[in-house]
Amino acid sequence: MNRKGECDVTRLLARRGAAALPLLLAAGPALAQDGPKIDTGDTAWMLASTALVLMMTIPGLALFYAGMVRKKNVLATMMQSFAVCALVSVAWMVLGYSLAFTNGNAYVGDLSRLFLAGLAENWDKPFTLGSGDSAVATTIPESVFLMFQMTFAIITPALITGAFADRMKFSALLLFMLLWSLLIYSPIAHWVWHPNGWIFALGALDFAGGTVVHINAGVAGLVAALVLGKRIGYGTENMAPFNLALAVIGASLLWVGWFGFNAGSAVGSNGRAGMAMLVTQLATAAAALTWLFAEWMIKGKPSVLGAISGAVAGLVAITPASGFVLPGPALIIGIAAGIGGFWGATALKHWCGYDDSLDAFGVHGVCGIIGALLTGIFAYGPLSATTAAPDGTSGSVAQLIIQCYAVAATFVYTAIGSWILLKITDAIIGLRVAEEEEREGLDVSLHGERLG
Amino acid sequence: MKLVMAIIKPFKLDEVREALTPLGVQGLTVTEVKGFGRQKGQTEIYRGAEYHVSFLPKVKIEVAVPAELVDAVVEAIASTARTGKIGDGKIFVLDVERALRIRTGETDAAAL
Repeated sequence: MNRKGECDVTRLLARRGAAALPLLLAAGPALAQDGPKIDTGDTAWMLASTALVLMMTIPGLALFYAGMVRKKNVLATMMQSFAVCALVSVAWMVLGYSLAFTNGNAYVGDLSRLFLAGLAENWDKPFTLGSGDSAVATTIPESVFLMFQMTFAIITPALITGAFADRMKFSALLLFMLLWSLLIYSPIAHWVWHPNGWIFALGALDFAGGTVVHINAGVAGLVAALVLGKRIGYGTENMAPFNLALAVIGASLLWVGWFGFNAGSAVGSNGRAGMAMLVTQLATAAAALTWLFAEWMIKGKPSVLGAISGAVAGLVAITPASGFVLPGPALIIGIAAGIGGFWGATALKHWCGYDDSLDAFGVHGVCGIIGALLTGIFAYGPLSATTAAPDGTSGSVAQLIIQCYAVAATFVYTAIGSWILLKITDAIIGLRVAEEEEREGLDVSLHGERLG
Repeated sequence: MKLVMAIIKPFKLDEVREALTPLGVQGLTVTEVKGFGRQKGQTEIYRGAEYHVSFLPKVKIEVAVPAELVDAVVEAIASTARTGKIGDGKIFVLDVERALRIRTGETDAAAL
């Protein structure tokens, strides 16, 4: 997703297809569609990207997380990702999309797309985000745009589930995620990605969701881990992963799917998408190697879990930077993410003593922050150039400060907001399962099913 | 009648089984078990969290034999299962009070 004030008037004009007008007139009776046409290449890529990003949640994240919990909770963990996918899809359609991507004000959208009202009107025209001078023209239909964004809205809450693995009630999960998606995710998405949003207006750079997705989910996860408390037996009992083979498959699906996440955020089949895919690969690879070597040196053996965790750390960090940096800096971002993620998931967690079970904060929070900040340093102007801003945005100390501001705002809002929503959910139906249920396992206690 | 119960290293199972057949042993029961003796376990590390796993995978063989065969069977198992390293396992000999072959109803020595 392009995210930097772009009024791409020249693109809009090019799309008008002035040369096609005589053909339209000659066709006889007025056609249902005239004027700007959607670009089939851009739309094809965005449809594919949408599918890739959805795959990141189901089954990517589902497998990644489920492989890492104990056998008695594997099904319940997969259920969390799957159910969040279904829940947020509907919530997005009903209200989430409207709150995020309609004009509204600087803090939240309006209700003009409640239940996607009005979508049918220009269903086959290129969609323009926002209005007026700061509008961002796209070449894809609104249905594709909103569907693509839906997959982001789906994966963000799914990421949080890693923090409270093994101990959250399913009913509480559904209620909390519904509220969180509408009241935390949509507003932050609006701030950062809608031209009217206040963080957008500040000039903060976040190509595919360093703040909106990773810092957001990571911090919410940390808060949830603190509010729910540690798992029974944490620190004393064996909580070794059930099946890391599942986790490897999940991480691999995440890696491949992330090309849709990052390159798809170019909202077009173009050079920026190409560069985004390339830097995504490089940062991920660098981070995987870095975590692997760090672990090899510090703990004595390079582990499979370390390799896949490193890869995910790199993917997270490159997310905000993917449309703004060149390959060289991508390697640096990857190395920083490998170190940062390793530190966040091991040293920081054990030092502070919280049970962020699958390192939602340790990896997504920490590496999201690293990526968001490094974007402010390494941004290469020409990648974000438009007719309105031909120099694009380059990395600088001033930009770094803007990034800090965006990171801090996201951190504070999501921390406080998530805490409030958790408390509300706790008051209504209780957050945590009973001790016997936790001991027995969530699969059989919550869902009446067993892995065998 | 006696029940010879042996806990051995899993990779020794085939060798032990082959050593028992020529002695006239016609059947045995094998269970996969976990345990420890003097052999220390392994340490597993997951994202910095260390777990010392003291239970190691072993195989338990149970074979019921006539009393006359016990010494030969024990010697056969011990010599084939031995590697000389810690963790080779143990053999126990228990008394069997009664035995019955379910299909035919034969009892005691005829059931073995």
